[in-house]
Amino acid sequence: MASSDPNKNYLNEKSGLMSWLTTLDHKRIGVMYMIAVMFFFLCGGIFAMLLRTELIHAGPTIMNSQQYNQVMTLHGAIMVFMVIIPGIPAFMGNFFLPMQIGAKDVAFPKLNLISWYCLIIGAIVVVASLFYHGVDTGWTFYTPYSIKTMNGTTLVVAGAFIIGFSSILTGLNFVATVHKLRAPGMSFFRMPLFVWALYSTAILQVLATPVLGITLLLLVFERTMGIGIFDPEMGGDPVLFQHFFWFYSHPAVYIMILPAMGVVSELMATFCRKPVFGYKAVAFSSIGIAAVSFFVWGHHMFVSGQSEVAGILFSFITMLVGVPTAIKCFNWVATMYKASIRFDSPFLFALGFLFLFTIGGVTGIMLATIGFDVHVHDTYFVVAHFHYVMVGGTLMAIMGGFYYWLPKMFGRMYNEFWARVTFVLIFVGFNVTFFPQFILGTMGMPRRYFDYLPEYQPLNTISSIGAYTIGTGFLIALFVILHCIFKGEKAPDNPWGARTLEWQTKSPPPHENFYQQPVVTGGPYEYR
Amino acid sequence: MSTANVSHSSSGEYHHHTAHHFENAEAEYNASKFGVWLFLCTEILMFGGLFVGYIIYHQRYPEIFHTGAKFLDWRLGATNTVVLLISSLTMALSIYYAQVNNKKMVLVNLYVTLACAFVFLGIKWIEWSHKIHEGLLPGRLFHYDGPEAAVKDLPMYFGFYFGMTGLHASHVICGMALIVWLIVRAHKGHFGKNYWTPLECVGLFWHLVDLIWIYLFPLLYLIG
Amino acid sequence: MFFSSPAYASTFMPPAGTAIAQQVDTLYGFLVAISFISCVLVIGGFVYFSFKYRRQSENEKGGGLSHHNLLEFLWSFIPFVLFMVAFVWGWIVYSHLRSMPKDGLEIAIQAQKWNWTFVYKSGKSSSGEFYVPIDQDVKMVMTSKDVIHSFYVPAFRNKQDVVPGRYTTLWFHPNKIGDYQIFCAEYCGDQHSGMLAKVHVVSRQKYEEWLANDEFKGLSLEQVGQKVYTSRCMVCHNTTDEKKIGPGWKGIWGKEEALEGGSTVKVDENYLRESIVNPNAKIVKGYPPAMTSFAGQLSEQEMLGVIEYIKSLK
Repeated sequence: MASSDPNKNYLNEKSGLMSWLTTLDHKRIGVMYMIAVMFFFLCGGIFAMLLRTELIHAGPTIMNSQQYNQVMTLHGAIMVFMVIIPGIPAFMGNFFLPMQIGAKDVAFPKLNLISWYCLIIGAIVVVASLFYHGVDTGWTFYTPYSIKTMNGTTLVVAGAFIIGFSSILTGLNFVATVHKLRAPGMSFFRMPLFVWALYSTAILQVLATPVLGITLLLLVFERTMGIGIFDPEMGGDPVLFQHFFWFYSHPAVYIMILPAMGVVSELMATFCRKPVFGYKAVAFSSIGIAAVSFFVWGHHMFVSGQSEVAGILFSFITMLVGVPTAIKCFNWVATMYKASIRFDSPFLFALGFLFLFTIGGVTGIMLATIGFDVHVHDTYFVVAHFHYVMVGGTLMAIMGGFYYWLPKMFGRMYNEFWARVTFVLIFVGFNVTFFPQFILGTMGMPRRYFDYLPEYQPLNTISSIGAYTIGTGFLIALFVILHCIFKGEKAPDNPWGARTLEWQTKSPPPHENFYQQPVVTGGPYEYR
Repeated sequence: MSTANVSHSSSGEYHHHTAHHFENAEAEYNASKFGVWLFLCTEILMFGGLFVGYIIYHQRYPEIFHTGAKFLDWRLGATNTVVLLISSLTMALSIYYAQVNNKKMVLVNLYVTLACAFVFLGIKWIEWSHKIHEGLLPGRLFHYDGPEAAVKDLPMYFGFYFGMTGLHASHVICGMALIVWLIVRAHKGHFGKNYWTPLECVGLFWHLVDLIWIYLFPLLYLIG
Repeated sequence: MFFSSPAYASTFMPPAGTAIAQQVDTLYGFLVAISFISCVLVIGGFVYFSFKYRRQSENEKGGGLSHHNLLEFLWSFIPFVLFMVAFVWGWIVYSHLRSMPKDGLEIAIQAQKWNWTFVYKSGKSSSGEFYVPIDQDVKMVMTSKDVIHSFYVPAFRNKQDVVPGRYTTLWFHPNKIGDYQIFCAEYCGDQHSGMLAKVHVVSRQKYEEWLANDEFKGLSLEQVGQKVYTSRCMVCHNTTDEKKIGPGWKGIWGKEEALEGGSTVKVDENYLRESIVNPNAKIVKGYPPAMTSFAGQLSEQEMLGVIEYIKSLK
């Protein structure tokens, strides 16, 4: 299989920029995604800091209303399309999915490279909008406002369309890989739970993203030619846009969280030194969440003018999707029962996930309760909810997975002390930023507000101070990661004593992943 | 699937190298087909969005759609349907002939498929240029001044017409590019009884393009 | 210190202005309670296990069961039951919020960037000030003149999107005298956060007086114009020459204004009138076509008043 030279690995096998830009190696592509996503996160994060700085006081603080609306839009669009959606699947999934199933690569390596270029080209198109009159619609592009506003909007929508292909092709690749490239002996129920999570996500990416594609394409035609499909002045229906948009964007939020749940399962098993409790329940719940997620989009539209019957139906189905989600949380806690726990930073982030995602999840049930949602829809309550699940959930899992897999990806260990510092800053900062926003929403403060009434002042100031804390935490994390990659101490092949296949090969892995074809004879988390 | 995976054996026959991460040629063949099927699902969902939009507005504004459909000639649409069906047949035949190592007939069928696609686009061009000339265009671009223009929001129909046929035509063009690629490779003798995967993958895509037209034709031309 | 009323401080909800708002608050209380208990169970659980099952030695591995079907069933079924309770309760409250009473005071609401106009059956229209009598079903029929807005009264725990091209409806039954904040709750552009208004719940007598009252009684045309400016135009225009969303008004009367496209126009009665009812016909150079028409919203008196007011801004 691989060249048996123990000094050769995927990083040093070939050198030069072109060898990276034309690579077909899933591990290199994963690293390229890592760099891209980190960069986009920095951009989206800077916009977040600007936004919270503006909101630290009522009235204009550092910008005017038009600038604020653009900052708000770009923060959302960048974080959703360029960080949280690709974040785990395209970076960690690309690197570790093939390894965890004992394969040498994904099913379609060239398609994998094309996916990466779609993300980069789409991102360039999105950023170009900044220089071309900007965009101020919010990341949801509701019509008819998005039809008539700023010229940069067409570019952002077109950029998002291109980025969508990145997601579709990654999903397609992963489904094919899981079905066709598992090592001998790796039945479906011997796959790690991270793979189950990525597989469920990939199905969503394949089935849901094309609908966003056609919706964005229609919006571009609406803006450039005035076809009239969403414009009430030409017979169109603006609420139809919302239906099309959310048909994708609700499954999209599960694209964002399912891989994170997969990471948490891995961290639970490794740092508790035992299999995840209720393996089959957790595996099936991933599929269950993916399936039901297609039928709940209308809970974003309870007050849109859609019929009451539709509202009731969507409320009911949304409650259903809460059940498999709750099952996962209980199984993770049960994994810790009679476990043997070590509190390395990756696991701290897993616990942080459990804490924050639980809060995010129960507030999701609150929002699904239609009689209550009417009051808090489009207020800061919703903003707090989705940040709890996307940042408190997905981003915590990204951090945990990052620290966990750094030694495998680069053969070097990160600094544990400073990693714990980042955990404390991020965890505490996050709660200070976003918990007050639940209260602000209950008090009635609407979202996407450049300015606010005096009674909302104290909590906004507290929230902004929390934002600076998180920002500091992430900046330090950036240094911890960079220091690890370039100057970290050499790490052993399996510092955590984990049992999944990626840990049974060298760190960093050789080009072909394994020196010998792995043959699987047991489950993914069996400790001897 | 790239041409770099091809080598010539001493007897002059071409031999396709399976990619390194597949266990054997059959695994690669199965995975390739599986991947194309997944891609076809995404295409169905994308076109599906347009179809759903069309159905919703057709229910809401029957007059607009009834009037707009009057400008379509069902005979041209039916001809195009037959043309695409023939091309699907010849596409499938090219796969069969590869499986029996008949390079000449592979090429004949691929060329006929390509010719049918050209005919399809030619007829499409006739239909489109007539409408463009008359000013029957989507939305703001509409400038037809016949009696039918009195129907409120009639331009929306042409938004759907050009949107659906245009998106479909763009897929026909992509399909043609892929067929040209197949023709080049077939000339070089890449396909035979041991390897015909690209033919089958493009064939699947081409069948989808045909199938979408089979839905478009009655929706646009017949129920009007 | 933090909260301006005891209601805020106890539940974080604004003071309730209707009986249904109190129903929403009870539902909210239930949801907060079960959420809090769930969080305590999960978080408390893992914190406790974290302490109890710390790794004691280098190679110690975890023990315990791999799965337990009854447990899986229980922690699926019990949440499901709780979710169903929340769902049904939510449904009931929602149907109260949404089932329009047969009779009631009907008021039309027009939303536009960036103000609210309330039109009463008597013909009276009010910008930004929504007067209603206490203990009366109030039904609103709403539409937007441009983009999607959303009519939200936190004190009533109710909101409804206001959509262009169609009508949506909302209703409430105020049971407490007071002034309640109205917000726009659907992003609509530049001054989305400035699109405020107030519900004034007053006694029946005060309401009748207000309805019959000519708000412009005894005012000169210029004063009428200033009133209209404050309630409708101030969001986008300054009375200085400083640019806001639209041009400032100081000194524009009689001026030769340069337009987009190269031509000029003299600022006279006709130009001002056209700018109010068909603002995109002539756009001042350097400005976007952002103004929504006020056609049908200003009475003749208000129109003349605005013109007089602009004349006075020398």
